[in-house]
Amino acid sequence: MLQVAPITLPEADALPGEIALSVQNLSAGYAGMRPAVEQVSFNVLVGERVAVIGPNGAGKSTLFKAIVGLLPFNSGSISIHGQDCRTSHNLVGYVPQHEAVDWSFPATVYDAVMMGRTRKIRRILGPSRDDHQGVQEALSKVGLMPFRNRQIGQLSGGQKRRVFIARALAQETNVLLLDEPFSGVDAAAEHEIMETLDLLQAAGITMLLATHDLNMAATRFDRLLLLRRHVVAYGMPEAVFQPDLLQEAYGGRIGVFQQGTQTVVIADEHGCP
Amino acid sequence: MNISEFLSVVQQREFLQNALLAAVLVSAVSGIVGCFVVVRGMSFFGDALAHSILPGVAAAYVFTGSVAGIPLLVGLEENTRLFLGGLIAGVISAVVIGWLTRDDRLKEDTAIGVVFVTMFALGIAIISSNPDGYNRDLTHILFGDILGIRDSDIAIMLACGVFVVGVILVFYKDLLVVSFDPGLGQTLKLPTETLRMLLLILIAVTIVASLQIIGVTMTLAMLITPAATARILTSRFHWMMVLAAVIGMASGVVGIYFSFWLNLATGPTIVLTSTAMFSLVFIASRLGLRLLPKR
Repeated sequence: MLQVAPITLPEADALPGEIALSVQNLSAGYAGMRPAVEQVSFNVLVGERVAVIGPNGAGKSTLFKAIVGLLPFNSGSISIHGQDCRTSHNLVGYVPQHEAVDWSFPATVYDAVMMGRTRKIRRILGPSRDDHQGVQEALSKVGLMPFRNRQIGQLSGGQKRRVFIARALAQETNVLLLDEPFSGVDAAAEHEIMETLDLLQAAGITMLLATHDLNMAATRFDRLLLLRRHVVAYGMPEAVFQPDLLQEAYGGRIGVFQQGTQTVVIADEHGCP
Repeated sequence: MNISEFLSVVQQREFLQNALLAAVLVSAVSGIVGCFVVVRGMSFFGDALAHSILPGVAAAYVFTGSVAGIPLLVGLEENTRLFLGGLIAGVISAVVIGWLTRDDRLKEDTAIGVVFVTMFALGIAIISSNPDGYNRDLTHILFGDILGIRDSDIAIMLACGVFVVGVILVFYKDLLVVSFDPGLGQTLKLPTETLRMLLLILIAVTIVASLQIIGVTMTLAMLITPAATARILTSRFHWMMVLAAVIGMASGVVGIYFSFWLNLATGPTIVLTSTAMFSLVFIASRLGLRLLPKR
Protein backbone atom coordinates (compact mmCIF):
# COMPACT_ATOMS: atom_id res chain seq x y z
CA MET A 1 0.00 0.00 0.00
CA LEU A 2 1.65 3.18 -1.06
CA GLN A 3 1.06 6.28 0.97
CA VAL A 4 -0.39 9.09 -1.02
CA ALA A 5 0.26 12.60 0.16
CA PRO A 6 -2.58 15.00 -0.52
CA ILE A 7 -1.65 17.43 -3.22
CA THR A 8 -3.80 20.49 -3.14
CA LEU A 9 -3.44 22.61 -6.18
CA PRO A 10 -2.99 26.31 -5.51
CA GLU A 11 -6.37 27.36 -6.95
CA ALA A 12 -8.23 25.19 -4.48
CA ASP A 13 -7.25 27.29 -1.50
CA ALA A 14 -7.20 30.75 -2.90
CA LEU A 15 -10.60 30.80 -4.49
CA PRO A 16 -12.60 33.93 -5.00
CA GLY A 17 -16.35 33.80 -4.50
CA GLU A 18 -18.65 32.41 -1.87
CA ILE A 19 -18.03 28.93 -0.49
CA ALA A 20 -21.06 26.59 -0.67
CA LEU A 21 -19.47 23.47 0.80
CA SER A 22 -16.37 23.29 2.90
CA VAL A 23 -14.78 20.03 4.04
CA GLN A 24 -11.81 20.31 6.39
CA ASN A 25 -9.51 17.49 7.58
CA LEU A 26 -12.33 14.98 7.34
CA SER A 27 -11.74 11.38 8.39
CA ALA A 28 -14.72 9.07 8.18
CA GLY A 29 -15.61 5.41 7.87
CA TYR A 30 -17.53 2.60 9.45
CA ALA A 31 -17.06 1.94 13.15
CA GLY A 32 -14.23 -0.43 14.03
CA MET A 33 -12.62 -0.17 10.62
CA ARG A 34 -9.84 1.88 9.15
CA PRO A 35 -11.32 5.17 7.97
CA ALA A 36 -12.38 5.00 4.33
CA VAL A 37 -11.38 8.63 3.83
CA GLU A 38 -8.65 10.45 5.73
CA GLN A 39 -7.64 14.07 6.03
CA VAL A 40 -9.86 15.22 3.20
CA SER A 41 -10.09 18.98 2.69
CA PHE A 42 -11.66 20.96 -0.13
CA ASN A 43 -13.99 23.87 -0.80
CA VAL A 44 -16.71 24.07 -3.43
CA LEU A 45 -17.91 27.48 -4.58
CA VAL A 46 -21.53 28.45 -5.06
CA GLY A 47 -22.77 27.32 -8.47
CA GLU A 48 -19.83 25.05 -9.22
CA ARG A 49 -20.15 21.54 -10.58
CA VAL A 50 -17.52 19.22 -9.16
CA ALA A 51 -16.90 15.59 -10.12
CA VAL A 52 -15.42 13.23 -7.55
CA ILE A 53 -13.35 10.56 -9.30
CA GLY A 54 -11.19 7.74 -8.09
CA PRO A 55 -11.06 3.93 -8.14
CA ASN A 56 -13.64 1.71 -6.46
CA GLY A 57 -13.08 1.78 -2.74
CA ALA A 58 -11.47 5.22 -2.88
CA GLY A 59 -14.08 6.49 -0.43
CA LYS A 60 -16.38 8.44 -2.73
CA SER A 61 -19.59 7.09 -1.21
CA THR A 62 -18.20 7.41 2.30
CA LEU A 63 -17.35 11.04 1.66
CA PHE A 64 -20.87 11.72 0.42
CA LYS A 65 -22.52 9.89 3.29
CA ALA A 66 -20.48 11.87 5.79
CA ILE A 67 -21.47 15.14 4.14
CA VAL A 68 -25.20 14.37 4.15
CA GLY A 69 -25.18 12.95 7.68
CA LEU A 70 -25.72 9.26 6.95
CA LEU A 71 -22.36 8.39 8.49
CA PRO A 72 -20.97 9.95 11.65
CA PHE A 73 -17.41 11.10 11.08
CA ASN A 74 -14.42 10.65 13.34
CA SER A 75 -12.71 13.96 12.91
CA GLY A 76 -12.73 17.09 10.84
CA SER A 77 -15.53 19.42 9.96
CA ILE A 78 -18.04 19.89 7.17
CA SER A 79 -19.96 23.08 6.69
CA ILE A 80 -22.55 24.07 4.16
CA HIS A 81 -22.96 27.79 3.62
CA GLY A 82 -21.00 28.21 6.82
CA GLN A 83 -23.30 25.99 8.92
CA ASP A 84 -22.18 22.74 10.53
CA CYS A 85 -23.63 19.87 8.48
CA ARG A 86 -24.59 18.01 11.64
CA THR A 87 -27.10 20.62 12.71
CA SER A 88 -28.40 22.04 9.44
CA HIS A 89 -31.03 19.85 7.92
CA ASN A 90 -32.40 21.28 4.72
CA LEU A 91 -29.20 22.47 3.16
CA VAL A 92 -27.95 19.39 1.36
CA GLY A 93 -29.88 17.29 -1.11
CA TYR A 94 -28.64 13.75 -1.63
CA VAL A 95 -29.27 11.38 -4.51
CA PRO A 96 -28.01 8.00 -3.30
CA GLN A 97 -26.11 5.55 -5.46
CA HIS A 98 -28.47 2.61 -5.43
CA GLU A 99 -31.78 3.95 -4.33
CA ALA A 100 -32.43 1.30 -1.77
CA VAL A 101 -36.12 1.95 -1.64
CA ASP A 102 -39.10 -0.24 -2.32
CA TRP A 103 -40.28 0.87 -5.75
CA SER A 104 -43.63 -0.85 -5.19
CA PHE A 105 -44.33 1.56 -2.30
CA PRO A 106 -47.76 3.19 -2.64
CA ALA A 107 -46.57 6.64 -3.64
CA THR A 108 -46.87 8.62 -6.84
CA VAL A 109 -44.00 10.65 -8.27
CA TYR A 110 -45.67 13.69 -6.71
CA ASP A 111 -45.88 12.02 -3.28
CA ALA A 112 -42.25 10.92 -3.40
CA VAL A 113 -41.06 14.42 -4.26
CA MET A 114 -43.27 15.89 -1.53
CA MET A 115 -41.33 13.78 0.99
CA GLY A 116 -38.35 16.07 0.38
CA ARG A 117 -40.35 18.79 2.09
CA THR A 118 -41.01 16.74 5.24
CA ARG A 119 -39.36 19.33 7.46
CA LYS A 120 -41.48 22.11 6.00
CA ILE A 121 -44.90 20.42 5.85
CA ARG A 122 -47.17 21.48 8.70
CA ARG A 123 -48.22 18.87 11.23
CA ILE A 124 -51.85 17.67 10.96
CA LEU A 125 -52.73 20.37 8.40
CA GLY A 126 -50.50 18.80 5.74
CA PRO A 127 -48.82 20.45 2.74
CA SER A 128 -49.44 24.17 2.25
CA ARG A 129 -49.73 25.99 -1.06
CA ASP A 130 -45.99 26.70 -0.85
CA ASP A 131 -45.28 23.01 -0.49
CA HIS A 132 -47.37 22.15 -3.53
CA GLN A 133 -45.72 24.92 -5.50
CA GLY A 134 -42.26 23.73 -4.45
CA VAL A 135 -43.02 20.20 -5.59
CA GLN A 136 -44.38 21.40 -8.93
CA GLU A 137 -41.33 23.56 -9.54
CA ALA A 138 -39.00 20.70 -8.70
CA LEU A 139 -40.94 18.38 -11.02
CA SER A 140 -40.83 20.92 -13.83
CA LYS A 141 -37.07 21.40 -13.43
CA VAL A 142 -36.40 17.69 -13.94
CA GLY A 143 -39.10 17.36 -16.63
CA LEU A 144 -41.28 14.93 -14.68
CA MET A 145 -44.45 17.05 -14.52
CA PRO A 146 -46.26 14.82 -17.07
CA PHE A 147 -45.46 11.77 -14.91
CA ARG A 148 -46.50 13.23 -11.56
CA ASN A 149 -49.42 10.83 -11.06
CA ARG A 150 -47.49 7.68 -11.93
CA GLN A 151 -46.75 5.18 -9.20
CA ILE A 152 -42.97 5.42 -8.69
CA GLY A 153 -42.32 1.85 -9.79
CA GLN A 154 -43.76 2.55 -13.25
CA LEU A 155 -40.84 4.69 -14.39
CA SER A 156 -37.70 4.12 -16.42
CA GLY A 157 -34.27 4.05 -14.78
CA GLY A 158 -33.48 7.61 -15.80
CA GLN A 159 -36.86 8.86 -14.59
CA LYS A 160 -36.34 7.18 -11.22
CA ARG A 161 -33.04 9.05 -10.80
CA ARG A 162 -34.78 12.27 -11.70
CA VAL A 163 -37.46 11.63 -9.05
CA PHE A 164 -34.70 11.62 -6.46
CA ILE A 165 -33.13 14.74 -7.94
CA ALA A 166 -36.54 16.45 -7.81
CA ARG A 167 -37.02 15.30 -4.24
CA ALA A 168 -33.69 16.83 -3.26
CA LEU A 169 -34.64 20.06 -5.05
CA ALA A 170 -37.99 20.15 -3.26
CA GLN A 171 -36.01 20.43 -0.02
CA GLU A 172 -35.11 23.89 -1.32
CA THR A 173 -31.50 22.95 -1.08
CA ASN A 174 -28.92 24.60 -3.23
CA VAL A 175 -26.20 22.04 -2.68
CA LEU A 176 -26.84 18.72 -4.37
CA LEU A 177 -24.78 15.55 -3.93
CA LEU A 178 -25.22 12.81 -6.50
CA ASP A 179 -23.55 9.47 -5.92
CA GLU A 180 -22.94 7.90 -9.33
CA PRO A 181 -26.20 8.98 -10.95
CA PHE A 182 -25.10 7.44 -14.25
CA SER A 183 -24.36 3.94 -13.04
CA GLY A 184 -26.69 1.30 -14.40
CA VAL A 185 -28.63 3.55 -16.77
CA ASP A 186 -28.53 3.48 -20.56
CA ALA A 187 -27.12 6.21 -22.82
CA ALA A 188 -30.51 7.87 -23.32
CA ALA A 189 -31.13 8.08 -19.59
CA GLU A 190 -27.60 9.37 -19.07
CA HIS A 191 -28.31 12.11 -21.58
CA GLU A 192 -31.61 12.98 -19.83
CA ILE A 193 -29.92 13.21 -16.45
CA MET A 194 -27.06 15.30 -17.84
CA GLU A 195 -29.55 17.74 -19.38
CA THR A 196 -31.26 18.02 -16.01
CA LEU A 197 -27.92 18.75 -14.35
CA ASP A 198 -27.20 21.47 -16.93
CA LEU A 199 -30.52 23.12 -16.09
CA LEU A 200 -29.76 22.92 -12.40
CA GLN A 201 -26.36 24.47 -12.86
CA ALA A 202 -27.93 27.27 -14.86
CA ALA A 203 -30.24 27.78 -11.88
CA GLY A 204 -27.19 28.29 -9.66
CA ILE A 205 -27.24 24.98 -7.81
CA THR A 206 -23.93 23.70 -6.50
CA MET A 207 -23.29 20.05 -7.35
CA LEU A 208 -20.90 17.39 -6.20
CA LEU A 209 -21.15 14.25 -8.28
CA ALA A 210 -19.31 10.95 -8.00
CA THR A 211 -18.62 9.21 -11.28
CA HIS A 212 -16.52 6.53 -12.94
CA ASP A 213 -16.84 8.18 -16.31
CA LEU A 214 -13.50 9.98 -16.67
CA ASN A 215 -14.39 11.36 -20.07
CA MET A 216 -17.51 12.99 -18.72
CA ALA A 217 -15.60 14.23 -15.69
CA ALA A 218 -12.99 15.85 -17.93
CA THR A 219 -15.45 17.58 -20.22
CA ARG A 220 -18.57 18.47 -18.25
CA PHE A 221 -17.32 19.67 -14.88
CA ASP A 222 -15.78 22.84 -13.51
CA ARG A 223 -13.50 21.09 -11.11
CA LEU A 224 -12.38 17.57 -10.29
CA LEU A 225 -11.63 15.95 -6.96
CA LEU A 226 -9.33 12.97 -7.42
CA LEU A 227 -9.76 10.77 -4.39
CA ARG A 228 -8.00 7.75 -3.02
CA ARG A 229 -8.72 7.81 0.68
CA HIS A 230 -6.88 11.13 0.59
CA VAL A 231 -7.31 13.98 -1.82
CA VAL A 232 -4.79 13.17 -4.55
CA ALA A 233 -5.62 16.32 -6.46
CA TYR A 234 -8.30 18.97 -6.60
CA GLY A 235 -8.63 21.56 -9.32
CA MET A 236 -9.48 22.26 -12.93
CA PRO A 237 -9.78 19.18 -15.16
CA GLU A 238 -6.59 19.96 -17.07
CA ALA A 239 -4.65 20.30 -13.82
CA VAL A 240 -6.00 17.04 -12.39
CA PHE A 241 -5.69 15.00 -15.57
CA GLN A 242 -1.95 14.62 -15.21
CA PRO A 243 -0.46 11.19 -15.84
CA ASP A 244 1.37 11.08 -12.53
CA LEU A 245 -1.68 12.11 -10.49
CA LEU A 246 -3.95 9.60 -12.21
CA GLN A 247 -1.37 6.86 -11.78
CA GLU A 248 -1.11 7.77 -8.13
CA ALA A 249 -4.87 7.45 -7.63
CA TYR A 250 -5.55 4.44 -9.79
CA GLY A 251 -2.23 2.62 -9.36
CA GLY A 252 -1.30 0.26 -12.13
CA ARG A 253 -4.89 -0.08 -13.19
CA ILE A 254 -4.87 2.87 -15.48
CA GLY A 255 -2.92 3.75 -18.58
CA VAL A 256 -2.21 7.39 -19.27
CA PHE A 257 -0.66 8.55 -22.50
CA GLN A 258 0.23 12.04 -23.58
CA GLN A 259 -0.57 12.49 -27.23
CA GLY A 260 0.29 15.98 -28.30
CA THR A 261 -2.01 18.24 -26.35
CA GLN A 262 -4.42 15.41 -25.54
CA THR A 263 -4.26 13.17 -22.51
CA VAL A 264 -5.50 9.67 -23.25
CA VAL A 265 -6.66 7.68 -20.26
CA ILE A 266 -7.38 4.00 -20.35
CA ALA A 267 -9.08 2.96 -17.16
CA ASP A 268 -9.61 -0.56 -15.90
CA GLU A 269 -12.61 -0.78 -13.63
CA HIS A 270 -11.14 -2.30 -10.53
CA GLY A 271 -10.96 -1.60 -6.88
CA CYS A 272 -8.36 0.11 -4.82
CA PRO A 273 -5.36 -2.25 -4.55
CA MET B 1 -81.15 -15.01 9.04
CA ASN B 2 -81.81 -11.99 6.89
CA ILE B 3 -80.51 -8.55 7.59
CA SER B 4 -83.68 -7.13 9.16
CA GLU B 5 -83.86 -10.07 11.59
CA PHE B 6 -80.22 -9.50 12.45
CA LEU B 7 -80.88 -5.80 13.06
CA SER B 8 -83.79 -6.53 15.39
CA VAL B 9 -81.60 -8.95 17.37
CA VAL B 10 -78.93 -6.25 17.55
CA GLN B 11 -81.53 -3.82 18.93
CA GLN B 12 -82.48 -6.26 21.67
CA ARG B 13 -79.05 -7.51 22.71
CA GLU B 14 -76.58 -5.16 24.26
CA PHE B 15 -73.70 -7.63 23.97
CA LEU B 16 -74.19 -7.65 20.22
CA GLN B 17 -74.18 -3.86 20.05
CA ASN B 18 -70.95 -3.86 22.02
CA ALA B 19 -69.49 -6.50 19.72
CA LEU B 20 -70.31 -4.47 16.62
CA LEU B 21 -69.03 -1.25 18.10
CA ALA B 22 -65.79 -2.91 19.21
CA ALA B 23 -65.31 -4.57 15.82
CA VAL B 24 -65.81 -1.30 13.95
CA LEU B 25 -63.46 0.61 16.25
CA VAL B 26 -60.66 -1.89 16.38
CA SER B 27 -60.73 -2.90 12.74
CA ALA B 28 -60.56 0.74 11.62
CA VAL B 29 -57.47 1.33 13.77
CA SER B 30 -55.92 -2.02 12.77
CA GLY B 31 -56.49 -1.22 9.11
CA ILE B 32 -54.70 2.13 9.42
CA VAL B 33 -51.74 0.79 11.41
CA GLY B 34 -51.68 -2.28 9.19
CA CYS B 35 -50.79 -0.10 6.19
CA PHE B 36 -47.41 0.62 7.78
CA VAL B 37 -46.97 -3.07 8.58
CA VAL B 38 -47.74 -4.02 4.96
CA VAL B 39 -45.56 -1.45 3.20
CA ARG B 40 -42.63 -2.10 5.53
CA GLY B 41 -42.90 -5.87 5.16
CA MET B 42 -43.34 -6.38 8.89
CA SER B 43 -45.97 -9.15 8.81
CA PHE B 44 -43.82 -11.59 10.71
CA PHE B 45 -42.95 -8.98 13.28
CA GLY B 46 -46.65 -8.15 13.74
CA ASP B 47 -47.58 -11.78 14.22
CA ALA B 48 -44.72 -12.31 16.64
CA LEU B 49 -45.66 -9.24 18.63
CA ALA B 50 -49.24 -10.47 18.90
CA HIS B 51 -48.04 -13.77 20.33
CA SER B 52 -45.47 -12.08 22.55
CA ILE B 53 -48.07 -10.19 24.55
CA LEU B 54 -49.44 -13.47 25.89
CA PRO B 55 -47.28 -13.73 29.05
CA GLY B 56 -48.22 -10.19 30.05
CA VAL B 57 -51.90 -10.86 29.60
CA ALA B 58 -51.60 -14.25 31.29
CA ALA B 59 -49.69 -12.89 34.28
CA ALA B 60 -52.24 -10.12 34.72
CA TYR B 61 -55.00 -12.73 34.51
CA VAL B 62 -53.58 -15.37 36.79
CA PHE B 63 -51.78 -13.31 39.42
CA THR B 64 -54.61 -11.12 40.56
CA GLY B 65 -54.44 -8.52 43.27
CA SER B 66 -52.02 -9.03 46.12
CA VAL B 67 -50.39 -12.16 44.69
CA ALA B 68 -49.34 -10.11 41.75
CA GLY B 69 -45.74 -9.26 42.27
CA ILE B 70 -46.60 -6.61 39.71
CA PRO B 71 -47.57 -3.84 42.10
CA LEU B 72 -48.31 -1.55 39.17
CA LEU B 73 -51.37 -3.51 38.25
CA VAL B 74 -52.90 -4.00 41.69
CA GLY B 75 -56.30 -2.47 42.21
CA LEU B 76 -57.17 -2.06 38.57
CA GLU B 77 -60.14 -3.63 36.89
CA GLU B 78 -59.46 -6.95 35.27
CA ASN B 79 -59.69 -5.76 31.68
CA THR B 80 -57.44 -2.77 32.37
CA ARG B 81 -54.95 -5.12 34.00
CA LEU B 82 -54.99 -7.47 31.02
CA PHE B 83 -54.50 -4.57 28.69
CA LEU B 84 -51.57 -3.10 30.60
CA GLY B 85 -49.98 -6.54 31.06
CA GLY B 86 -50.19 -7.18 27.34
CA LEU B 87 -48.83 -3.76 26.51
CA ILE B 88 -45.85 -4.16 28.82
CA ALA B 89 -45.01 -7.59 27.38
CA GLY B 90 -45.41 -6.25 23.83
CA VAL B 91 -43.10 -3.29 24.39
CA ILE B 92 -40.52 -5.49 26.13
CA SER B 93 -40.57 -7.92 23.19
CA ALA B 94 -40.17 -5.10 20.69
CA VAL B 95 -37.22 -3.66 22.59
CA VAL B 96 -35.55 -7.07 23.02
CA ILE B 97 -35.90 -7.84 19.30
CA GLY B 98 -34.45 -4.43 18.48
CA TRP B 99 -31.56 -4.99 20.89
CA LEU B 100 -30.75 -8.51 19.60
CA THR B 101 -30.47 -7.23 16.04
CA ARG B 102 -28.29 -4.24 16.81
CA ASP B 103 -25.22 -5.97 15.40
CA ASP B 104 -25.32 -8.07 12.27
CA ARG B 105 -24.74 -11.46 13.86
CA LEU B 106 -28.44 -12.24 14.09
CA LYS B 107 -30.87 -11.52 11.29
CA GLU B 108 -34.06 -9.82 12.33
CA ASP B 109 -36.36 -12.73 11.54
CA THR B 110 -34.19 -15.06 13.64
CA ALA B 111 -34.36 -12.73 16.63
CA ILE B 112 -38.11 -12.36 16.16
CA GLY B 113 -38.50 -16.15 15.99
CA VAL B 114 -36.56 -16.75 19.20
CA VAL B 115 -38.33 -14.03 21.20
CA PHE B 116 -41.78 -14.82 19.87
CA VAL B 117 -41.85 -18.54 20.70
CA THR B 118 -40.23 -17.96 24.09
CA MET B 119 -42.80 -15.36 25.08
CA PHE B 120 -45.66 -17.47 23.79
CA ALA B 121 -44.44 -20.54 25.71
CA LEU B 122 -44.01 -18.43 28.82
CA GLY B 123 -47.58 -17.21 28.47
CA ILE B 124 -49.02 -20.71 28.10
CA ALA B 125 -46.95 -21.87 31.09
CA ILE B 126 -48.29 -19.01 33.22
CA ILE B 127 -51.88 -19.79 32.27
CA SER B 128 -51.36 -23.49 33.03
CA SER B 129 -50.34 -22.58 36.59
CA ASN B 130 -54.03 -21.92 37.19
CA PRO B 131 -55.62 -25.28 36.29
CA ASP B 132 -59.17 -24.16 37.13
CA GLY B 133 -59.48 -21.66 34.37
CA TYR B 134 -56.96 -23.16 31.98
CA ASN B 135 -59.20 -24.12 29.07
CA ARG B 136 -61.68 -21.31 29.25
CA ASP B 137 -59.12 -18.54 29.79
CA LEU B 138 -56.73 -19.88 27.20
CA THR B 139 -59.44 -20.06 24.57
CA HIS B 140 -60.50 -16.48 25.22
CA ILE B 141 -56.98 -15.14 25.05
CA LEU B 142 -55.98 -17.17 22.00
CA PHE B 143 -59.14 -16.79 19.96
CA GLY B 144 -60.87 -13.74 21.42
CA ASP B 145 -64.18 -13.24 23.17
CA ILE B 146 -66.01 -10.65 21.14
CA LEU B 147 -69.43 -11.50 22.52
CA GLY B 148 -68.26 -10.88 26.08
CA ILE B 149 -67.26 -7.26 25.52
CA ARG B 150 -68.38 -4.81 28.18
CA ASP B 151 -68.68 -1.04 28.17
CA SER B 152 -65.36 -0.69 29.98
CA ASP B 153 -63.66 -2.71 27.20
CA ILE B 154 -65.10 -0.33 24.64
CA ALA B 155 -63.70 2.57 26.63
CA ILE B 156 -60.20 1.04 26.53
CA MET B 157 -60.47 0.35 22.80
CA LEU B 158 -61.64 3.88 22.19
CA ALA B 159 -58.75 5.32 24.20
CA CYS B 160 -56.27 3.14 22.26
CA GLY B 161 -57.84 4.11 18.97
CA VAL B 162 -57.74 7.83 19.72
CA PHE B 163 -54.12 7.54 20.84
CA VAL B 164 -52.95 5.53 17.83
CA VAL B 165 -54.81 7.54 15.18
CA GLY B 166 -53.85 10.80 16.91
CA VAL B 167 -50.15 9.92 16.90
CA ILE B 168 -50.34 8.86 13.25
CA LEU B 169 -52.06 12.14 12.32
CA VAL B 170 -49.45 14.23 14.10
CA PHE B 171 -46.41 12.25 12.91
CA TYR B 172 -47.78 11.16 9.53
CA LYS B 173 -45.14 12.90 7.40
CA ASP B 174 -42.26 11.57 9.52
CA LEU B 175 -43.59 8.00 9.68
CA LEU B 176 -44.12 8.08 5.91
CA VAL B 177 -40.50 9.08 5.26
CA VAL B 178 -38.97 6.49 7.59
CA SER B 179 -41.22 3.82 6.07
CA PHE B 180 -40.30 4.66 2.49
CA ASP B 181 -36.70 5.78 2.75
CA PRO B 182 -34.97 5.88 6.15
CA GLY B 183 -31.91 7.35 4.40
CA LEU B 184 -33.89 10.48 3.51
CA GLY B 185 -35.06 10.64 7.11
CA GLN B 186 -31.43 10.71 8.27
CA THR B 187 -30.47 13.28 5.64
CA LEU B 188 -33.28 15.50 6.90
CA LYS B 189 -32.05 14.83 10.46
CA LEU B 190 -35.30 13.22 11.56
CA PRO B 191 -35.03 11.04 14.69
CA THR B 192 -35.37 7.87 12.63
CA GLU B 193 -34.70 5.37 15.44
CA THR B 194 -37.23 7.05 17.74
CA LEU B 195 -39.79 7.07 14.96
CA ARG B 196 -39.20 3.37 14.28
CA MET B 197 -39.72 2.62 17.97
CA LEU B 198 -42.84 4.79 18.00
CA LEU B 199 -44.26 2.76 15.15
CA LEU B 200 -43.53 -0.51 17.01
CA ILE B 201 -45.35 0.85 20.05
CA LEU B 202 -48.34 1.86 17.93
CA ILE B 203 -48.45 -1.67 16.51
CA ALA B 204 -48.24 -3.11 20.03
CA VAL B 205 -51.09 -0.90 21.32
CA THR B 206 -53.25 -1.82 18.33
CA ILE B 207 -52.64 -5.52 18.82
CA VAL B 208 -53.44 -5.39 22.53
CA ALA B 209 -56.64 -3.46 21.79
CA SER B 210 -57.74 -6.07 19.27
CA LEU B 211 -56.92 -8.97 21.57
CA GLN B 212 -60.41 -9.40 22.96
CA ILE B 213 -62.02 -9.32 19.55
CA ILE B 214 -59.97 -11.85 17.76
CA GLY B 215 -57.33 -13.24 20.11
CA VAL B 216 -53.55 -13.34 19.78
CA THR B 217 -53.49 -16.01 17.09
CA MET B 218 -55.55 -14.11 14.51
CA THR B 219 -54.79 -10.47 15.26
CA LEU B 220 -52.42 -10.40 12.31
CA ALA B 221 -55.37 -10.82 9.95
CA MET B 222 -56.89 -7.53 11.10
CA LEU B 223 -53.60 -5.74 10.57
CA ILE B 224 -52.62 -7.24 7.24
CA THR B 225 -55.63 -8.28 5.18
CA PRO B 226 -57.60 -4.99 4.94
CA ALA B 227 -54.35 -3.07 4.30
CA ALA B 228 -53.33 -5.56 1.60
CA THR B 229 -56.76 -5.22 -0.02
CA ALA B 230 -56.45 -1.43 0.08
CA ARG B 231 -52.97 -1.60 -1.47
CA ILE B 232 -54.40 -3.34 -4.53
CA LEU B 233 -57.00 -0.59 -4.89
CA THR B 234 -54.74 2.45 -4.64
CA SER B 235 -51.16 3.57 -5.16
CA ARG B 236 -51.20 6.41 -2.67
CA PHE B 237 -50.45 5.81 0.96
CA HIS B 238 -53.02 8.16 2.50
CA TRP B 239 -55.82 6.66 0.41
CA MET B 240 -54.57 3.22 1.34
CA MET B 241 -55.06 4.08 5.02
CA VAL B 242 -58.59 5.39 4.45
CA LEU B 243 -59.58 2.36 2.39
CA ALA B 244 -58.00 -0.09 4.83
CA ALA B 245 -60.02 1.43 7.68
CA VAL B 246 -63.25 1.17 5.68
CA ILE B 247 -62.52 -2.37 4.49
CA GLY B 248 -61.58 -3.40 8.03
CA MET B 249 -64.80 -2.01 9.46
CA ALA B 250 -66.84 -3.71 6.75
CA SER B 251 -65.19 -7.07 7.42
CA GLY B 252 -65.90 -6.68 11.12
CA VAL B 253 -69.60 -5.96 10.71
CA VAL B 254 -70.19 -8.45 7.89
CA GLY B 255 -68.15 -11.07 9.76
CA ILE B 256 -70.28 -10.73 12.88
CA TYR B 257 -73.42 -10.99 10.75
CA PHE B 258 -72.17 -14.16 9.06
CA SER B 259 -71.13 -15.70 12.36
CA PHE B 260 -74.67 -15.19 13.66
CA TRP B 261 -76.32 -16.40 10.53
CA LEU B 262 -74.17 -19.51 10.12
CA ASN B 263 -73.66 -20.05 13.85
CA LEU B 264 -69.86 -19.97 13.62
CA ALA B 265 -67.22 -18.65 16.00
CA THR B 266 -67.02 -14.89 15.52
CA GLY B 267 -63.24 -14.28 15.34
CA PRO B 268 -62.53 -16.77 12.56
CA THR B 269 -65.59 -15.61 10.63
CA ILE B 270 -64.33 -12.02 10.66
CA VAL B 271 -60.94 -13.25 9.40
CA LEU B 272 -62.53 -15.32 6.64
CA THR B 273 -64.75 -12.41 5.62
CA SER B 274 -61.79 -10.08 5.20
CA THR B 275 -59.95 -12.79 3.25
CA ALA B 276 -62.99 -13.13 0.97
CA MET B 277 -62.91 -9.37 0.32
CA PHE B 278 -59.19 -9.53 -0.40
CA SER B 279 -59.70 -12.42 -2.83
CA LEU B 280 -62.49 -10.64 -4.70
CA VAL B 281 -60.44 -7.45 -5.07
CA PHE B 282 -57.32 -9.37 -6.06
CA ILE B 283 -59.11 -11.41 -8.73
CA ALA B 284 -60.97 -8.37 -10.04
CA SER B 285 -57.72 -6.44 -10.38
CA ARG B 286 -56.07 -9.40 -12.14
CA LEU B 287 -58.96 -9.43 -14.57
CA GLY B 288 -58.19 -5.78 -15.27
CA LEU B 289 -61.34 -4.33 -13.74
CA ARG B 290 -60.98 -0.78 -12.51
CA LEU B 291 -62.52 -0.84 -9.06
CA LEU B 292 -62.11 2.78 -8.08
CA PRO B 293 -62.08 5.97 -10.12
CA LYS B 294 -58.55 7.01 -10.98
CA ARG B 295 -57.20 9.64 -8.65
